[in-house]
Amino acid sequence: MDKNNDALMKVKDLPAGFRAKPGSTVDFKTGDWRSIRPVLDKEKCIYCGFCYIYCPDGVYQDQGPEEKHYIADLDFCKGCGVCAHECPKKCITMVLEEV
Amino acid sequence: MANKPIGIEVSLAVAEAVKLCDTDVVAAYPITPQTHIVEHLSELVADGHLDAAYIPVESEHSAMSSCIGSSAAGARTFTATSSQGLALMNEMIYIAPVLRTPIVLAVANRALSAPINIWNDHSDIMSVRDAGWIAVFAENGQEALDLTIMSFRIGEHPEVRLPVSMNIDGFTLSHFIEPILIPEKSQVDAFLPPFETDIKLDLKNPMSMGLLGSPETYTEVKKATDDILLGSQKIIEQVFAEFEKVFGRKYNPVETYRHEDAETIILTMGSISETAMTAVDEMREKGRKVGLVRIRLWRPLPVKQLQAALGKAETVAVVDRHVVMGVPEGPVALEVKSLLYGTPNAPKVCNFILGLGGRDVRRADFKYIAERAQALAKDGQNRFEIVGVYE
Amino acid sequence: MRAADVPYEKITAKTFPKGQDSLASGHRACQGCGEVLALRLLLKALGTDFIAVSATGCMEVCTGTFPQSAWRMPWLHVAFENAAAVASGVESACHVLRKKGKLPDKRFPVVAVAGDGGTADIGLQALSGALERYHRDFIYVCLDNEAYMNTGIQRSSETPFGANTTTSPVGKDSQGQNTWKKNMPAIAAAHGIPYVATASPAFHLDMMNKIRRAAAIEGPAYIHVYAPCPTGWRMKPELAVESSRLVVNSKVFPLYEVLDGHYVMNRKVEKPIPVADYIKPQGRFRHLKQEDIEKIQQRVDLEYDKIVRLSEAFPV
Repeated sequence: MDKNNDALMKVKDLPAGFRAKPGSTVDFKTGDWRSIRPVLDKEKCIYCGFCYIYCPDGVYQDQGPEEKHYIADLDFCKGCGVCAHECPKKCITMVLEEV
Repeated sequence: MANKPIGIEVSLAVAEAVKLCDTDVVAAYPITPQTHIVEHLSELVADGHLDAAYIPVESEHSAMSSCIGSSAAGARTFTATSSQGLALMNEMIYIAPVLRTPIVLAVANRALSAPINIWNDHSDIMSVRDAGWIAVFAENGQEALDLTIMSFRIGEHPEVRLPVSMNIDGFTLSHFIEPILIPEKSQVDAFLPPFETDIKLDLKNPMSMGLLGSPETYTEVKKATDDILLGSQKIIEQVFAEFEKVFGRKYNPVETYRHEDAETIILTMGSISETAMTAVDEMREKGRKVGLVRIRLWRPLPVKQLQAALGKAETVAVVDRHVVMGVPEGPVALEVKSLLYGTPNAPKVCNFILGLGGRDVRRADFKYIAERAQALAKDGQNRFEIVGVYE
Repeated sequence: MRAADVPYEKITAKTFPKGQDSLASGHRACQGCGEVLALRLLLKALGTDFIAVSATGCMEVCTGTFPQSAWRMPWLHVAFENAAAVASGVESACHVLRKKGKLPDKRFPVVAVAGDGGTADIGLQALSGALERYHRDFIYVCLDNEAYMNTGIQRSSETPFGANTTTSPVGKDSQGQNTWKKNMPAIAAAHGIPYVATASPAFHLDMMNKIRRAAAIEGPAYIHVYAPCPTGWRMKPELAVESSRLVVNSKVFPLYEVLDGHYVMNRKVEKPIPVADYIKPQGRFRHLKQEDIEKIQQRVDLEYDKIVRLSEAFPV
């Protein structure tokens, strides 16, 4: 029948064994859960990486040799504030998201 | 086909079949009357005759859990249980089909508690009839061995990949010594290819299995699983035909005996069918037009074959080995009525509960139910009776 | 080889793996979830060449809702109480397939992950069976957030004394949970397995190296991980790491290993902070009176002292 409800996909399109691809939650952006976001003061940062290590959502990314700072991917940041709390130099500030 | 039948306990023959199929993993927990199967398997592993992992789990729940894990990892997997063990597995039984894990489970059918009772009926397997497993019933030892081999072939077939329960009546079949032809390994190898599946835990293709299904997907998953199970009948019939080519023994989803001109047909499952055939012969000698139909394939239910086999009779006497509490009908009779309903000149269906908790089923019982069914049909009534209940 | 002597590649601050996480972002854990942080770091320590098995629970639900999965290695969820049994089957299958040449001849661990309810309550039997059977490449990780959080903060046998949960509520005749936390690491160690450890995400290198060590050792391993739950503990979302530091520094959750029955105290707490300071940020303990806290302090000191004495009596 035609789709007249919230069905996600047709029976014949379901993957056998109802499986999902590895790491595919990257298609699910959790950034819109956030009410506050981390802002990094790059001057004070000592690149210790605690924000990267302790982020429950793994949003901080190693930027490679050209950029020593770890930068938060706001597509996924839920705004918990662990990074700001754990930063030994207090160089991350949580600021209110503008609506 | 050089070999001859040997006298062997049916449970041991099932274990020998599991060995011939090069099973990779057996996870099992002891419960009467299934124990001889897994005892023999653990001996075969201990003696190096079967190169498998034998996991001596701490419960049937863990047996089926381990089997799901093993099968999902791509290993040919077997377990066996009975009664309370199957009941304890129940939660896992419903999960295996959706994960498409083609486990083979031998059930030595035994009554469910309470009262605790170790003897035969079909109440255990009826408790999981809706779960999505293929289910076959063996009538004798040769069938038990053959169906074990075929269960792997059917379940692992690329268009199926569903778990299979191979049912043998506890004690009355599992513990009998019967003449059984043990096939050559080369025959089994010709019939059963190695287990290959792409629905598995694979480091090279790391998929996630066992996800949460929200209201947006649950309905479709259930339909998809049911479609696979219903569609498996075609494959099952193909496998029966392939089996006949290699081994020379013919199998059908529904077997018949002297049913062509029968006015009354007795419908059975499992090992009581041999007693029923003897009773039919004796009734035929007295001029009564009685025949027998036996369900070998219980899931998926072979609706068309049953309609064809039963449709011409005046009366069908369905034998059930389980009481559906609160409903005046046994589980097989309910389904037979359903599939005959609305067919032209549908026979009357009477339902007789026999052999609960190991009570003997005798030729006289079949004669009684045939006569009773004929009489009830003349009254124009559909009836339900627990045969021989002392009240 | 003694478990203590099995070599493994240690992670240091300098060699911390900077590549892609083994658990992808986009999972649906609560803001500030300490459990998913522990999981993320533990998986990161192992890479992706292993098989993961989850029990039903917060981590399973938030990482595996069709059509998406956060897991970058093969992953299987079956049900709540049986992660250990499922992992047993996977491990046995991989072992026999390797032996038969159907899998490459290279060991990899099968890692079962469950919460405290899935481990200490409903999953205890399956876990005990799996540990006793001595599966070679089997690691069991209990992520202990001290209650049934996925169903709405009901008490488990891992809920600490005094905690307010929805089924150990504070009332006229109740001061919250009235039983002591079940000692799961001791139960695991009682199986005589080669490796048992406790870990806390604030001590991330210690935690990550413990799962690496577990992977290197042949035989079953059990790791009990403290997993702060801001939602269920009525705690600010930024405090997950802080509380997992305080819990160790207050001696409430000692970090130790049991290697073939020999005890190693990984972090001797010389100047412990009072238990009162540990419980203060957590709303679940807000109702406790001074006498309750003193009672907890005594128990904490006793339990910590037991581990110290075991490590002195049975050193590696």
